[in-house]
Amino acid sequence: MNALKDALVITRRQLLQLARVPEVLIFSTIQPVMFVLLFRYVFGGSINTGQPGGYVQLLMPGIFVQTTAFTLAATASGLAEDMTKGLIDRFRSLPISRSALVFGRTLGDGLLNIVVLFVMGVAGFIVGWRPTSGIFKISLAFIFLLAFGYALSWVGIFAGLSARDARVVQNMSFLITFPLTFLSNAFAPTTGMPRALQYFAEWNPVSTMVAACRELFGLKNQFGATAGSFPSEHPLTMSLIYMVIILVIFVPLSVRKYNNANKK
Amino acid sequence: MKSIIAEGLVKTYRKGEVKALDGLSLDVEEGTVLSVLGPNGAGKTTVVRILTTLLTPDSGSASVAGIDVIKHPEKVREIIGLSGQYAAVDETLTGWDNLVMFGRLYHLGKKASIARADELLERFSLSESARRPIKTYSGGMRRRLDLAASLIVQPKVLFLDEPTTGLDPRGRQEMWGVIEELVKGGVTLLLTTQYLDEADQLADDIVVVDHGKVIARGTSDALKRQVGGERLEIVVDQAHVGQTLEIVGRVSGATATLDEGLRRISAPVTTGSTALVEVLRALDDAQIHPLDVGLKRPSLDDVFMSLTGHVAEDAATVEQAGKGFKGKKEKKEKNREKGGRS
Repeated sequence: MNALKDALVITRRQLLQLARVPEVLIFSTIQPVMFVLLFRYVFGGSINTGQPGGYVQLLMPGIFVQTTAFTLAATASGLAEDMTKGLIDRFRSLPISRSALVFGRTLGDGLLNIVVLFVMGVAGFIVGWRPTSGIFKISLAFIFLLAFGYALSWVGIFAGLSARDARVVQNMSFLITFPLTFLSNAFAPTTGMPRALQYFAEWNPVSTMVAACRELFGLKNQFGATAGSFPSEHPLTMSLIYMVIILVIFVPLSVRKYNNANKK
Repeated sequence: MKSIIAEGLVKTYRKGEVKALDGLSLDVEEGTVLSVLGPNGAGKTTVVRILTTLLTPDSGSASVAGIDVIKHPEKVREIIGLSGQYAAVDETLTGWDNLVMFGRLYHLGKKASIARADELLERFSLSESARRPIKTYSGGMRRRLDLAASLIVQPKVLFLDEPTTGLDPRGRQEMWGVIEELVKGGVTLLLTTQYLDEADQLADDIVVVDHGKVIARGTSDALKRQVGGERLEIVVDQAHVGQTLEIVGRVSGATATLDEGLRRISAPVTTGSTALVEVLRALDDAQIHPLDVGLKRPSLDDVFMSLTGHVAEDAATVEQAGKGFKGKKEKKEKNREKGGRS
C-alpha cells in the first residue's frame, strides 16, 4: 500500500512540475496539433484514400500513435536529468519502495498522455476527423493508445536511467522513435516502400497499433501492405502482444537499473 | 558507543582498474562529528555512498547505528539523512513543494509533511523564498534546502558530502552556522570536505584519506601539530632581507627560510599572532617596513605534504568513474528541458 502511495507522490511531483512550468505542457500539445494540421493540409489534398471523409480519417490514428511514442523521449530525458542532479540518489536513500519512483513516473506520463490525446482529438475533430464506430469502440481505442504509451514509457525509463546526459538521451530517443513512426502505415501506404521496408513496416508495432486504432475508429485499414500476413490481419492481437513483450522486458530491467543506479 | 563503523572497505571500478577504496576503515562515536578530509578522488564520496546504502562495497563491512548497511539497507535508510555534493532537489519545484514531497515520501502524512516543511524552511531562513522555484535560489540557499530535506525525520546519523564545495565565503559561513546548530542538537555527523579549515571548524575528529585509505587520524590540533602549525611570512625590501631573516629566526626560535625571488622570509611559529606582533615590533625598532606580512595556517596541501610527501593531487578521474553525483559540474549551463516531448 505504501508503495502505491509513494508512487502517487512521485506522480504528483510530475504534475506539479507541469504546473510550475506550463510551457512544457503547452509545447507537448502544440507539436502534435501542428502535425495534425500540417499533414491534413499538406498531404491530405494529394493522397486519394477513396474513403469517405478523406485522408484525415486515416491520418488521425497515425498521429495519435506517433504522439504516444514520442512521450518516450520526455520520460527518458526527465529520468536522465534526475540522475545527473543526484535526485535519484536522494530517492534511493529514502525508506521508500524501490519501484515507487519509476512506477510513479509512468503513471504521470499516462496522465499527460490523456491530456495530449484529448487536445489532439479536439483538433482533429475541428479539421474534419469523424470516427464512426460509436462511443464504446472509440473509448476502447483511446484506452488502447494509453496502454501503448504506458508500455513505451517503461522503455523511456530504462533509457533515461542508462543515460549520462538528459539532452543526449532526448535526442537519441527522438532519433529512434521518429523513423520508427514513419516506417509504418501511419501516414502513407506501405505498398509504396521498397520491399525490405515493407516487411519492416508491416511488423512495426507502430503499424499494428495504427491499424488497430483505425479498426476501432470504424475504418478499413487501407495503408496496410500485403494482405494475409499476421500483423495486418490481426493488428489488435499483435499490438497487445507487443505491449506485453515490452512490459515483460522493460519493467524488470528498469526496476533493476534503478536499484543499481550508479552501482556499476 | 560507535554510531558508524566501517571496516576494510574496498571498492573498485572498471573491473579493478580504478581503486576508489583500498581497505578503508573508520568509526564515529555517537553524537560526535567526524570529518573525512581529502582531495578530489581520494574516495570520500564512495565511503559516503556505501554508508548510505547507495553502493555495495566489493569487500569489507559497515554498520550505521548498529545496523549492517549491506544486509539491512532498508533499515539504515530509515535512520539516516544524506545531503550530497550537489543540491539534490527538484529545481523546477519550489522549496516548499520539495520539502512537502520528501515529507510524504517519509510517510509523514499530508498535514505533518506541511508542518515539517514550514518548520524547516523557517529554521533555515528560507521562509521568504519558500514559494519560489529552486532554480531562482542562490548556491547557499540550495544547499540549505538540500540539508533541510535530509532532516525531515530527525535522522540519528547524518551524512554531508562536501556541504560547502562551490559556495562563496558567505554561503560557507552560513552553512557552517547551520551545521553547528545541528551538531548541538546531538546528531552524529560524518562530513567530507576538501578544506582543512572546515574540518577544523566543525569536526571533533578528522581522518585524512588519500587513494582510498586513511593516512592519518586525530583531532585537528593534533594534525596541525604534525604539520607544524602556522607559518609566519614576511616580505621586505632587498636591502633588509638579511636583517629580517635574523629577527624572524630569533622570534620564532626556528630556522627562517628565504624565498629569494619573492624576498619572502618565513618560519614556523607556535604562538600564532603573538609571534607576529613580536616580529613586527622588532622590525619597527630596526626601522624596517615590511611590504607584506601574514600568518599562514596550514592548508590541506601542507597536511598532505607532511603526511604523504606529495601534494594533494587532483585525481578527478577516479571520482568520475564511480560516483553518482557525476556530470553536475559540466552541467552549469542548466539544460532545462524546454520542449518536453519535442
